[in-house]
Parts: sequence; structure tokens; C-alpha cells
Amino acid sequence: MSGLRSILDGGGQRKLWHFHGGVHLPDEKGLSNRQPIADAPLPSQLVIPLQQHIGAPARCRVAVGDRVLKGQLIAEPQGYISSPVHASSSGTVVAIEPRPIPHPSGLSSPCVVIETDGEDRWAELPAPLAERPEQIGGCDPAVVRDRVRASGIVGMGGAAFPSNVKLNPGKDQPIETLVINGAECEPYITCDDLLMREQASDIIDGVRIMLHVIAAKKAVIGVEDNKPEAAQALRTAIESAAVGDRVEVAVIPTLYPSGGEKQLIRILTGKEVPSHGIPAQVGIVCQNVGTTAAVADAVLRGRPLIERLVTVTGRAVAEPRNYRVPIGALGETLIAASGGYRGEIAKLVSGGPMMGFRLETDAVPITKATNCLLALTTDESPDPGPALPCIRCGRCAEVCPANLLPQQLYWHARAKELDKVQDFNLFDCIECGCCAHVCPSHIPLVQYYRFAKTESWAREQEKRAADHARERHAAREARLERQERERKAKLRKKKEAVAGGAAASAKVGKADRSTKGTETDKQAAIEAARRRAAEKKATVAKTEQAAQPQGSDAAAASGLPPVDERKGAVLADDPAASRTGSGAGQQGAERQGAEQPVAEGSAAEPSAAGETPAAEGSAAGEKPVAEGSAAGEKPVAEQAAVGETPAAEKPAAEKPAGERHLARRETAVQE
Amino acid sequence: MTMTIISSPHSARVNRVDQVMVQVCLALIPGTAALVWFFGWGVLINMALATVFAVTAEALVMKLRGRPALPAISDYSAVVTALLFALTIPPTLPWWMTLLGILFAIVIVKQLYGGIGYNPFNPAMAGYVFLLISYPVATTSWLPPDVSELLEARDLSTLSFVDSVRLIFTGALPEGLTWDAVSAATPLDELRTMLDQGKTIDMIRESPLWGLFGGRGWEWVGASFLLGGLYLLWRRVITWHIPVAFLGGLLAVAAAFWLVDPQGYPFPTFHLFSGGAILGAFFIATDPVSACTTRRGQLIYAALIGVTVFVIRTWGGYPDAVAFAVLLLNIAVPMIDQYSQPRVFGHGRGERKKA
Ligand code: SF4
Ligand code: SF4
Repeated sequence: MSGLRSILDGGGQRKLWHFHGGVHLPDEKGLSNRQPIADAPLPSQLVIPLQQHIGAPARCRVAVGDRVLKGQLIAEPQGYISSPVHASSSGTVVAIEPRPIPHPSGLSSPCVVIETDGEDRWAELPAPLAERPEQIGGCDPAVVRDRVRASGIVGMGGAAFPSNVKLNPGKDQPIETLVINGAECEPYITCDDLLMREQASDIIDGVRIMLHVIAAKKAVIGVEDNKPEAAQALRTAIESAAVGDRVEVAVIPTLYPSGGEKQLIRILTGKEVPSHGIPAQVGIVCQNVGTTAAVADAVLRGRPLIERLVTVTGRAVAEPRNYRVPIGALGETLIAASGGYRGEIAKLVSGGPMMGFRLETDAVPITKATNCLLALTTDESPDPGPALPCIRCGRCAEVCPANLLPQQLYWHARAKELDKVQDFNLFDCIECGCCAHVCPSHIPLVQYYRFAKTESWAREQEKRAADHARERHAAREARLERQERERKAKLRKKKEAVAGGAAASAKVGKADRSTKGTETDKQAAIEAARRRAAEKKATVAKTEQAAQPQGSDAAAASGLPPVDERKGAVLADDPAASRTGSGAGQQGAERQGAEQPVAEGSAAEPSAAGETPAAEGSAAGEKPVAEGSAAGEKPVAEQAAVGETPAAEKPAAEKPAGERHLARRETAVQE
Repeated sequence: MTMTIISSPHSARVNRVDQVMVQVCLALIPGTAALVWFFGWGVLINMALATVFAVTAEALVMKLRGRPALPAISDYSAVVTALLFALTIPPTLPWWMTLLGILFAIVIVKQLYGGIGYNPFNPAMAGYVFLLISYPVATTSWLPPDVSELLEARDLSTLSFVDSVRLIFTGALPEGLTWDAVSAATPLDELRTMLDQGKTIDMIRESPLWGLFGGRGWEWVGASFLLGGLYLLWRRVITWHIPVAFLGGLLAVAAAFWLVDPQGYPFPTFHLFSGGAILGAFFIATDPVSACTTRRGQLIYAALIGVTVFVIRTWGGYPDAVAFAVLLLNIAVPMIDQYSQPRVFGHGRGERKKA
């Protein structure tokens, strides 16, 4: 099915390619694309999540009571894969607390709540990097990337991956083609369609900027053939910008999921992004049209990403249409603006019907990744009913765009054979839902895959944690042995010193404190304690290689877990990891308990003569402290390490705790 | 407003097992009509009996397994099994043999393996083969097609509806008729016997049992099943892979032998339009549960069935071979599936080098 095909494309011809499978869906775009974009009413409250992107959550830079202006930075990125957050209108910060966010897990996440003042007053914005798109050539690409990052731009097609990272493929990855995703293949959603129709020139500006940043020769904008107005508007914009030699619109057949990044790249260039790879490996960078327009806004106007287009649609909403929405506005305000619900609503979905996730409530904020609020009636989204046994009909395999064997995946996922599912390339599944859509047995296939994925991640993490534990145990054994040796050696030395001294006291343990050797002994004890603490720290650093350096530094300095790190762990991690975290803590406490006797044993009791109580105390006292801080430090570093992993690994960060539970519960129900 | 979470997709599902099965039943109509036309009411009576037996058996087994019976029988898979079984057996088969065959198919081959989706063998064919081995004479005694020329030439009679009912339920033939007067060898049978007697194809073709490209009457039955098969393709209930590979495999070997020795082997289309080849290719080998699931696997699986059909028909002990061939290849399915997995998107083929 991979034959090539060319279609007439408005005079020019571009060779188009096929990807395997895909399904034709009723597009339902007519519901919402007949009306122009409307400005959503400015809500009285904005709820702006600190994590709207893939990667580490942003660190809050405002406090309750602060006045903020529109476009002002309210949270800054932490780490490379992270993104800042800006206020989307002027007002006062009234709370910084966890609020429900649109996420498959239905969990809450820290948000900055702003009471708007209605003035919508702009903060002072950074100066544009260029007045006009043709002047962008004079800018250093790194400066442009920094601007993109500082403007909080993330992929607006739904993935919300920080755009500056994508725009920085590295020197050894020459980029040939910039692919702009205007396919919008999910039914119902029309925000990209409307954006292309109404703001085509912004998109072309963005394309020119990005071409410069990644030094690509050509840009291709892929648009499905059910959006002829959009394609025409883009062509007109290309013409008036006179960039026809570098930018091209390719009209592609409407087939779900041709808007999937890897699928679109395949259609437009014939290249396959390698499994587990990124487009840059085949010389391509792919950006969504919304992101592209946002880049133009940031570079040419200095505006951060504080608003986006959202489609409010479905037959259960009175007047479907597209809105320009400030980030942080609650879904309910949009539903109200659309005349409220109509009739029986079966489901409210964030995103499209194929890949979107169900919302428990419409009182969740619009984020940078929210492209659609979809209110479906029972007719549109009927209950698929109980799943029947798989009849091995192979329809799922026929439509799978990744060319997987979904029924085999299902079979092994159901049996929880995690190795087997991975043999069948579970992680190449893009969760597009084609298989479940056509399955005559109505098996919730995607749910099984998600479950198997989270289980696999959890297992991976548990394995890693177990490895850590083993290494830690080995290190501890070695340390105890060494301490024992040192203690014995010291005792021997003391004995010798005592024996060699004039006073021949029988009570070695106490009497030695009152001898001449005391001063040197104390020094030695302090030295030894210091050395041990340092060694321990080194061991910790070695054992937990994954530990975030600043995390362990901070922990070492304060002896307290870095707060943000911890939150990150709790928020972004799954239960297995937090279990591991607290397990490590416990172990630390145990160790502390176990080591105190050692410390007491080696540090002598306060002398009866009371000659050197202070020195004794400091020597005796120091050891437990050192032990304590080292022991206390380990679990913290552990937590930081465990907390960090999911953030560093994109997929894990996408699948927080709740979903896994839910998936498991539902699977249980299914069975 | 609170709602529970379930996983995407939220779209209305486009297929359902029961709808698929109903489509299969509908597609059987032309072939069934042709069979009834040429071979009388016995065909319909068998279909009705088999369906009742199968659905009852399925319901009873589900009860015994402590599961709800209604969902199991309302997927109509038992009906499809029953119909395919009834279309394979002779129209005069005693009712209790139908019962035995169906019980074997539903209880042992389907349900003992875990019910729909889990049975490695095609239940209808397994039931038929079980009867074929247990009662070889009864299961191979066919009626002559109702073609006046042929009936006159051979001095044969046909059975009325009442005669058929009586024959099936009591085994009694109408007054004054002997078994020889109502039964006739199938073209495949006759071909084999005559070839064994050293006759050439040209001599055999003189027989009134022969039609344009296959056995007289049978060729029309085959053509009608083909029509139903095309309907299934059109409704996307099946894909072209299995039927094309099955018939292609059969045609290819038949053509090869025919080209070498046109007097020792029949013209290739004879194989297509005799016996159960078309029914097998579109309705039996396509049974998803017992077939391969990968596309390449399906091609291999079905082509091998086609070849096996030719081999058994030509050199084996049984005149028709579709049932045996399907069951034999059912055994090979897991292995074929294992070695015919598709290349997953983004794996291999040196995409990296191109960059
Ligand atoms: S579509 Fe459903 S019933 Fe058919 S093979 Fe796939 S999982 Fe099984
Ligand atoms: S959800 Fe996964 S397995 Fe199913 S069709 Fe999409 S990529 Fe294939």
C-alpha cells in the first residue's frame, strides 16, 4: 500500500505518498467552520496551570496578592525541556494552588489564579526581533530560539512540546524540509482551518522565521483536501509574500490520521521517521500551523503565547464555533458563550473524538494544548457496549497507521505479557484509535495499550529503583565494613598509645580521654567523621547518577528535600515512583537508626572527669549529624532522581498516576 | 456536571460482529438459491435443521459454562457455522447426522476451545469432516442436478418437498424409487472414477454430467456463490486476499498439470466450478477466527489451501477436498502468522541513511 501517487495541486504537482492503513471518518467540520473566529469574553478569573507542556513544570515567580499585567511572566522554565507561563490578562493573583486541569487523569495540578481587572492592560513587551519577516535573516538563530522559548511557545497541535527544542535539531542534523502541519485530520476540530483562513499571512511569516532558524531550504504546508478555503488563503499569502520558491502548500487526501506527525512527514516526503526517533533524523522539522503563527507573534511583535484558538463544537452544544481564548479561561465560559449545552450530552471531550480525552467537568482551564472542546450527544458517541471476544478479523491491522498487529498487542496486553507486547512494538503505537474504531467486537483496544504502556514504564522504574537499592545496599555494606575496620584500627592505636604512655590505666575506654593523646584523638575523630561524610556524599553521587545535581546540592546544603523537586515527583510521577521515593526515605531512617550505635561505639562516652566535654560533644555530636545528613540526603536525592526521570522521559510525564489507576480499574471492569 | 473517564476513541464504532455475520448470511442467498434450484428442498430443510441445532447447542453450552447465552447466540456466529455446514452436506442427509455434525462443530470444536475467537479450526468444516470420516457413504451421496437432459439420459428422478422431508427424517424413499434412481455421483467423483478407468478427458467430457466449465448445475452453483462473495468484498466484510490466493493457488497448479497433460487432468476452471471451491474461497477460508491475521500470512495460507485442494482431489482418497485442506492449513496458521508479520512503520529499510 505504499505506492506513490501524485495529485494535481493547484497548478503545481507534488508527489504524495501513502502511509499504511488509516480510516475515513465523517469530518463533521461543517458544524463549526461556517462562522468566523470570535473573541471569547474575558473571564473574571483565569486559572493558569504551571505545567501546560511536556517537560518540567514552570517555577512560579509571582505571589498571592501580586498585580500582574497581560503578557507578564508568571512562571519561568526549569531545565531545557520546559516552558515559561505568562499572564493572559491583567489583574491580581488571588491563589496559587492545585486546580483541576484538562488531563486524562482528571488530576489537579498547581495553577496561578488571576482575578482579572477588566482593563486587559499589557505589560511592557520585549522589542520585536525584526520589524518585517524579510529582515529575520539578520538575526542569530539562537536569539530567535531564545525568544521562542521566552515566549512560552509549545506545540499547539496537542503535544505541547517546547518549540524551541524542536527548532534546535543540532549541528549534525542538517534539516532539509520544514513540514507545517495544517492537516487537522481529527473530525470536528476546525481551529487550524479557521486560523489558516483568517491568519494565513501570520503563518507564512512564522514559516519564514523558522526556515531561517533551522536553515532549511523548503517548507511544505500539508492541508487535507476538505479545507480548500484554507489552502487557498495560504496560497494567496505565499504569493503576496513572494516566497513561492521556498514555501509550498500541499493538498493531501483526507484520511485519518494524516495529521499525525510521522504520517504527515511520510505523505509529504516519503520518509519514515525511525521508530523511537525524531523527524530531525530524516532531515525534517515539523510544526503545527498554530505554533507557526505564535512564533511570528513572538518574533515580530514580542508577544508571548497567552491565547489560542479553540473549537467549541459537537451536537450537544447550541452554537458551535471557534474562539480566540485567553489561556486559563475556563471551559464553562466558552460553553456558555456558545449558548450552553443542548439536549442530552453524552460526553465532554478535550480534543477530537479519536484521540481526545474525556473531561469530568467543564470547569477546567483552556491550556496551550487545548484545541477543542467537544460536547457529544449519545448519537454521536454511543456506548460501544460490552466488548466481545476478538474474532481475529484483522480489521485493526488493516487500518493501523503504524502497521502494527493490534490484535496481537491486545492479546498480550490482556494477558499482561509485557515483554511480548513490546516484541510486537507496543511503543510504536500512536494511540490514534483507528483499530478500536473499526473493531467489530468493540474491544477498547487503545485502553489496553495505554494500560500496557504505563505498566511497562512502571516496571521499568521499579527495576531501576531495585537496581539503586541493590547498589545502595552494597555501598552500605562496604561502608560498615570499612567503619568497623577503622574503629578497630583506632582502638588498637589508642591501646598502643595508652600502653606506650606513662600512665598504665586498666580502664582504656574512659581513661584515654584524660590522657595526653586526647587532643590528637579528638582531631582524628573529627577528621575521620568529616572524611566519612565526604566519602558518603561521593558514594551517593556515584550511586545515584541520575540524581539532579542541584537537587542533591540543595539537599546537602539544607538537609531538606527541595520543595519543587518533590512536587514534581508527586505530580508528574506515577504511584510506583512515589512508593519508591518513600521507601527510600524509610530506608534512610532505618539506616540512621542503625548507624547511631556505631557512632556511639566509636565516639567515646563523656569522660567522668569532665575534662573535655565540649570537644567530646562535638566529636560525638558531629558524627550523628554527618550520618544524619548523609543518610537524610540519600532519600532526597533518590526522590529527586525518581521524580526527575518521568520528566526527562517524555512519555512518562504524559501519563501521570491517575490514568494508570483508571486504566487498570477499567480493564478490571472490562474483564 | 460529572462524568466518568473512558479511553478514546469516542467515535461511534463502525462494525459489529453480528452485523458482519448477518452480511455473510445475506451473501449466501444466491448460492443457496442455486443449490435449491438444482438439488431440491433438502438443502433448505438441512439449513433450517442445522440452524436450530446449532443455536440450541450454543445456548446450552453457554449455560453449562455459566455464562449468559443471549450475547453468544445473538452474534449469529453459530448461525453462520450452521449454514455453511448445511451447504456442504448432501441434501438427503439424515437429520441425526446433521445433529451429530453440528454438535461436534459447536460443542467440541468451538466451545471446548473457548468459544468464538478461540477455536483454531473452522467449526463447520470440522463438523463436516467428522461426518465424512464416520459416515463416508451417506455424506458423499449426492442428488443429480435437476437438469432434464441429464435426468433423461440417466433415467433419474427428483424429490418433491414432502419426499425430501420424509427422506431426511425417516430415511424412506418415495414409493417405487430406489436409491440408484435418485442419487448420482458428483462430477468430481465421476471424473476420478473415469480417470481411474483410463479414460481421457475428452471421453469424459462427453458425459451429460459436464457443463460449460464444470459439472452441470454445479457450475451455476459456483457462479452464484461467487456473486455472494463479490457482495462480501463490496461490503468490505472480507478482503480480496484469501479468495484470490485460494482460487489463484488452485488455478495455478491445475493449469500447470493440465498444460503438461491435457488428457490426464481436467481444464483448470473445472476445479473452480466443481465442488466447494468457490464457497470455500469466499466463505470458509475467510472465517477470520481460524485464518491467518496478517495480510501476507493470509495470502500464503489461502494459496496453500488452493494447492492442497488440488492435491487431495487428484491423488487423495476423498473426491472433494476443501474441508480437509482448510483444516490442514488451520493447523499451520500460528506458524504462518509468526513468520509473516508486517514491517512496522519506522523500522528498518534504511530510512536513516537517506537523511
Ligand atoms: S478488529 Fe477487533 S475483533 Fe478484529 S482482529 Fe482486531 S481486535 Fe480482533
Ligand atoms: S491505536 Fe495504535 S495499534 Fe491502534 S491503530 Fe492506532 S497506532 Fe495502530
